[in-house]
Amino acid sequence: MNQYFDIPSDLQHSYLGLIGLHLQEALLPVLFGLLIALPIALVCARFNWFYAPVLWVTTVLYAIPSLAFFVVLIDYTGATETTVMIPLTVYSLVLLVPAIVEGTRAVSPDTVAAATAMGFGSFRRFVQVELPIAVPAIMAGLRLAAVSSISLVSVGAIIGNQGALGNLLHDGMIYHRDPLIVTSVVTTAVLAIAVDGLLVLAQVLLTPWQPHGRAAARRARTGPGDDIGPGTDPAGDNVTGKDLTGTDVTGKDAAPQDAAALGEAAR
Amino acid sequence: MNPHVKNTLSSPRNIRLAALAIAAVTAAPLLASCSSSSSGSKDPLAAPKAKAGTVVVGSNNFPESILIGDIYGEALKAKGINVSYKPNIGTRETTYKMLQNGSVTVLPEYNGALLAYLDPKATPTTVDATATAITAKLDSKLTILNPAPAEDKDSVTVNAATAAKYHLTADSTIADLAKHGNEITFGGSPEFKNRQQGLLGLKSVYGLTPKSYKTLDVGGPLTEAALKNDNVQAADIFSTDVTIAQEKWVSLKDPKNLFGFENVLPLVSKTGLQQNGVDALNAVSAKLTTEALLDMNAQVQNDKKDPLAVAQAWLKSAGLA
Amino acid sequence: MNLLHFLNSFFSDGANWHGENGIPHRLVEHVEYSAIALAIAAAIGLPLGLFTGHTGRGGYALSAFATGARALPSFGLLVLMTVWLGQLGTTPAMVPLVALAVAPILVTAHEAIRNVDPAPVDAARGMGMTSLSVLFQVELPVALPLILGGLRSAAIQVVSTATIAAYISLGGFGRYIIDGLAQQTYAQVVGGAVLVAGLALVTMGLFWAVGRLVVSPGVRRRR
Repeated sequence: MNQYFDIPSDLQHSYLGLIGLHLQEALLPVLFGLLIALPIALVCARFNWFYAPVLWVTTVLYAIPSLAFFVVLIDYTGATETTVMIPLTVYSLVLLVPAIVEGTRAVSPDTVAAATAMGFGSFRRFVQVELPIAVPAIMAGLRLAAVSSISLVSVGAIIGNQGALGNLLHDGMIYHRDPLIVTSVVTTAVLAIAVDGLLVLAQVLLTPWQPHGRAAARRARTGPGDDIGPGTDPAGDNVTGKDLTGTDVTGKDAAPQDAAALGEAAR
Repeated sequence: MNPHVKNTLSSPRNIRLAALAIAAVTAAPLLASCSSSSSGSKDPLAAPKAKAGTVVVGSNNFPESILIGDIYGEALKAKGINVSYKPNIGTRETTYKMLQNGSVTVLPEYNGALLAYLDPKATPTTVDATATAITAKLDSKLTILNPAPAEDKDSVTVNAATAAKYHLTADSTIADLAKHGNEITFGGSPEFKNRQQGLLGLKSVYGLTPKSYKTLDVGGPLTEAALKNDNVQAADIFSTDVTIAQEKWVSLKDPKNLFGFENVLPLVSKTGLQQNGVDALNAVSAKLTTEALLDMNAQVQNDKKDPLAVAQAWLKSAGLA
Repeated sequence: MNLLHFLNSFFSDGANWHGENGIPHRLVEHVEYSAIALAIAAAIGLPLGLFTGHTGRGGYALSAFATGARALPSFGLLVLMTVWLGQLGTTPAMVPLVALAVAPILVTAHEAIRNVDPAPVDAARGMGMTSLSVLFQVELPVALPLILGGLRSAAIQVVSTATIAAYISLGGFGRYIIDGLAQQTYAQVVGGAVLVAGLALVTMGLFWAVGRLVVSPGVRRRR
């Protein structure tokens, strides 16, 4: 086992330390990305014409290979964690802005109209109605962003030991210790899957009105044509007085679904 | 239907409880790791915030440099000096800049390679002349300390098949290979490709122009694998590489001293190191021989020992720690 | 305005326009790696995605597989394959690129077919079309825009990631970035980055054009 977990001293971290560093370098950018994406998406949702140029700019940024991004940034931010985290923030942004915009756009006009009739202003409507309904689509974007971010941190190894678990790759090569490379790849993959799973669970917590569990799976199999009305929802999740959002979403399973697929396609 | 729904396994309430528990458990260490690094005290990779009096020992991105960096650092620690490491940074082009801007105080160097970087045209014939030439060109904030007898040169090394084909032996020179230049693919690092002590020098000094150049790593596993598999017939391999003997490769002689003298020496920032530190490093250089270096490289490469442990053991045996 | 200066010095250097390290040769290499990887990934992902989408089976396995494929770090996989296969060449680079591209192709193909409006599918069945005819004559044409979207997203990622192949001595535009880092010539790095980004955008444009050509006008209007 020691061949796998004896971390060479030049990495200056224990195995667990590398994992912590890796999560930090990968997930902080996703968090920053989300914080920046929300206001951008709000503006895009408010002004339709703004979305196309935003999509173009973010797509161009996404096309820049991470390695080149890192190397160019060294000149400005040095061979530091910041240099790794800035591009990852940008990539997260690229995934999250379309996910939020498409998700909020998929909200039924009836719901929007109902909220407006209740006296919601556009900002309050965005935050309290459209965003919650768009959670599945946003989470789909977040999951992609988190998983790709965790994978990309490793590339930071090339710019001088800034790749957390990825640094094991370089060390595994120069010391001829192949097991370290296996450790790096497997640990990174497991981290990505674990974080992905956690986000799925977080989504369950965030969308209590969404059907979950076996009943939902059964309904899903029957297809969108055979929609079971909210009143007969066996999961019993809709009797929370949240009819405004609840009824609408259960009847519109396909909408966030489609937005998620679009989010994927927009990459 | 909905992919998010698909992933659920049991009743909603249980899942939410489990989710809450898992989220709490995993968030804690994550938050802890964030907060601990933001305090900056334990994170060696963060931007240089070295306290006054802390010596930052850097090294280039190959094992021997990391090893010698460890030796320097541990020798300084033995004299009670505060040391922090910044190992495994990158190529000389990168590390030299970091010495200039003060983020690294001490760096293991090789006199010939350093001079070739500073002044590609210099061709000194003695170790002392090399030192003089380096000092003349060095950034005024930097200086070199005494060179060790230990040498590790770049070498033009051919694999066994190529040696047999062209009848090359340990007495052959690079010029003997130059005749067959148009038949061989040469392997080396990206920086070797346009350094004077590299492809440029091989051409101008020995007339060796290989058919093609394959960009690999700094005498590391890629280069070794390429030479072993005959992807390249000749490559830039460090003379202290333990693989040369193992694979019966032949390192060609360099009578025109293209690769000059390659004695190990510390390159240091003048203001960053006190006299006791200078003395400690000079004491290391006095005892560091090529044999010692070869032996330590073998311990790291073959016995998979940690370079820091190897460095500490050597310092102890040499009476320096 | 550092960047513009670097760009100018890179693209105006005549040496960068011919020979083994010239832009045309590196472009051919880059396109070659990307195209092969995308072709392999499509050969795996499309049939699997179409089939599972059509039958509606294997959704769990598929999403688990896709998550797994996404989770694999490309750079780590590249290094691992190089060490395991013990050889240089394109094979070690193909594994991470294919792994990267399979997930979006597979998932979008599956979801696109599954989300086809059931009404025309039922109508086709009612008309006595075989299962295969339903898939290729009804579901596929309707799902094509989304499937192309998946392919496009995979292609862009592959073009962008093929850069790392240079780390294991291969060519492509990544050569400029890796060499530029080692030699500290930023003009090369910036030039390489711009070339890769440009190629990615051209790829995007290409898929847009293909979409215009092959997507039935009826489907296009509806979306």
